Amino acid sequence: MVNVTRAVDKYLADFARFTREDAAREPSWVRDLRTSSMARFADLGWPTTRLEEWKYTNIGPLTQVPFTLAAWATDGQAVATLGPITLTGVASGQLVFVNGRYAPSLSWLPPLHGGVRVESLAAAVRTCPHLLEPHLARYARFREQAFVALNTAFLTDGAFVFLPQGTVLTQPLHLLFLAVPSEEPIVTYPRTLLVADPDSRVTLVESYVGLGGGVYFTNAVTEVLAREHAVIDHIRVQLESAAAFHIGTVQTQQERASTVMSHSVVLGGALVRTEVNAALAGEGSECRLNGLYVAAGRQHVDNATRIDHLQPHCTSRELYKGVLAGQARGVFSGKIVVHETAAKTDARQTNKNLLLSNDARIDSRPQLEIFYHDVQCAHGSTIGKLDEDALFYLRTRGIDSEAARWLLTYAFVREVLEPINIAALRGQLEQQLATRVHLGDGRGGV
Amino acid sequence: MLEIRNLHATVNGREILRGINLTVKAGEVHALMGPNGSGKSTLANVLAGREAYTVTAGEVRYEGKDLLHMPPEERAREGIFLAFQYPIEIPGVNTAYFLKAGLNAIRKHRGLEELDAMEFLALVKEKMKLVEMDESLLNRPLNEGFSGGEKKRNEIFQMAVLDPKLAILDETDSGLDIDALKIVSNGVNALRRPDRAMIVITHYQRLLKYIVPDFVHVLFNGRIVKSGGKALAMALEEKGYDWIKNEAQAAAYPAV
Repeated sequence: MVNVTRAVDKYLADFARFTREDAAREPSWVRDLRTSSMARFADLGWPTTRLEEWKYTNIGPLTQVPFTLAAWATDGQAVATLGPITLTGVASGQLVFVNGRYAPSLSWLPPLHGGVRVESLAAAVRTCPHLLEPHLARYARFREQAFVALNTAFLTDGAFVFLPQGTVLTQPLHLLFLAVPSEEPIVTYPRTLLVADPDSRVTLVESYVGLGGGVYFTNAVTEVLAREHAVIDHIRVQLESAAAFHIGTVQTQQERASTVMSHSVVLGGALVRTEVNAALAGEGSECRLNGLYVAAGRQHVDNATRIDHLQPHCTSRELYKGVLAGQARGVFSGKIVVHETAAKTDARQTNKNLLLSNDARIDSRPQLEIFYHDVQCAHGSTIGKLDEDALFYLRTRGIDSEAARWLLTYAFVREVLEPINIAALRGQLEQQLATRVHLGDGRGGV
Repeated sequence: MLEIRNLHATVNGREILRGINLTVKAGEVHALMGPNGSGKSTLANVLAGREAYTVTAGEVRYEGKDLLHMPPEERAREGIFLAFQYPIEIPGVNTAYFLKAGLNAIRKHRGLEELDAMEFLALVKEKMKLVEMDESLLNRPLNEGFSGGEKKRNEIFQMAVLDPKLAILDETDSGLDIDALKIVSNGVNALRRPDRAMIVITHYQRLLKYIVPDFVHVLFNGRIVKSGGKALAMALEEKGYDWIKNEAQAAAYPAV
């Protein structure tokens, strides 16, 4: 307990220095936001396993590492490769961030017209505060969530995307957050805000990729506002280094008749938690949450989702699949809250898990909270192993054991990969999956 | 080609095979008959390498090699094919993709060039005709939603593509109506070759009207208790298995 308090104190001290030095010349609204977020973090403290939402994930190891804030602007120095996940030639724009800071020399922007904005958050604070201020930190719940509070207190860079009414971007946008090794363990606080005005449409890909080893901590927050009839495809890929900590939170806010498809693919990191929270706050809005988590070795992979049905006639569909090998531990907790204002809610949630070894473990917890009677809600959860009969069948056709395991594992995950509507990205993800699944036969790797 | 000597095998600690002896030469078709529970399918699965079965005694030589120590995929690459009694449905695995992976693994093992997508497609189109199989099945998940007849045809189709030296057909006739039985049998007969052997496992004689065997063996209680030519199958059709059972029991417990 003493240690945890001390860990909070360290962040408070860092914050004091940070606001005095790095963030000293910021506009007052940003400063106020930081100060109230930090105060909130100090009140909340680190989440412990005594909290229902954190029951299966002990972040003790994370609080014990004396992370330092990543150094200021480096513009992509010492980055020889963009790593395995790039949408070069596919995306209309690719913004690359190195250790949390925008690297213009590695990036290219889409042609911008009609008031569309795609830029680094640090730039947007200066260039278009009138667009930023009404939305930044209005959706992600920093008052309740310690890691969102921490991110909001320290946010320095990330991306801001604004689509005026009726804008349709046919090609995806890619935000690539690279972690490169540094001398001491660093922490970064990437922050992304997407504001999609009525009738606009976009596919936004966010990738978090570790390019080396070492211990570091990424605490990322993304806020998405889908206004009336907006259609957003949001794809989040997490491929951090093997020793990394990663806590990611996505919060979407949907207005009337909007559609959000969210895909979360979690492959990397040592201790990771990804939260996807959707607020269906406009009548007739619809969200789909697709998730895939693949873990091996001693990885701990926590996936938490929350869908708030706040208005009538909203639809939510959720499918999360997990593949766990070695001694990996997975957590899925999916909460659906149907508020008393949400008549004719239609919600379905499914979580399926494949255990590739006897030592892997999954805790799957679907939760429904329903405060209205006229609704349809269903949830289901399964945990299974590879079918021995199917493996034998494949092997009698000449396919070796490893390849057969991969075929069956791929067959299991394809349902959540196929909705990712970018062939190049799907290919890269499949390759990452294949290398992980081929690492072993349940003894060590996936 | 295949020599089985005094083969004993258990499943879940229960002895199913109790000393099988069988020799199969290239070009021969052997029918293996017997009542339910006599060990027919167990023998097929042991030969294909299913790990749930434990061999407790005896040996199997295949082309002079020790078969029992090869993993299932190596047996397949060496030319053994098992047509399953109950083909497995594998959702999410595309039939064509799966078969191409198997075929190329086998070809590689035999020192042949792997087939590319076009060559493979040409080959499968030709082989599908053998069993009058619909081409659309190729792009469906393996056996998923296939009718019983389609699954059995798919087995023989796979056999045609994979080009085995020794094919073991496990109750390929079960669940087939007479038309489907003819189609499947025609497919099998077209695959008979002087350098290929077949073991046809069946409970009923009716399949053997269409696939005429060179030898017929009757399995009972884990042993081959009677062997003969195709006339033996006829006799079984007439007299049923009780005749064999009585004979076998009489042999096991001679009157004092």
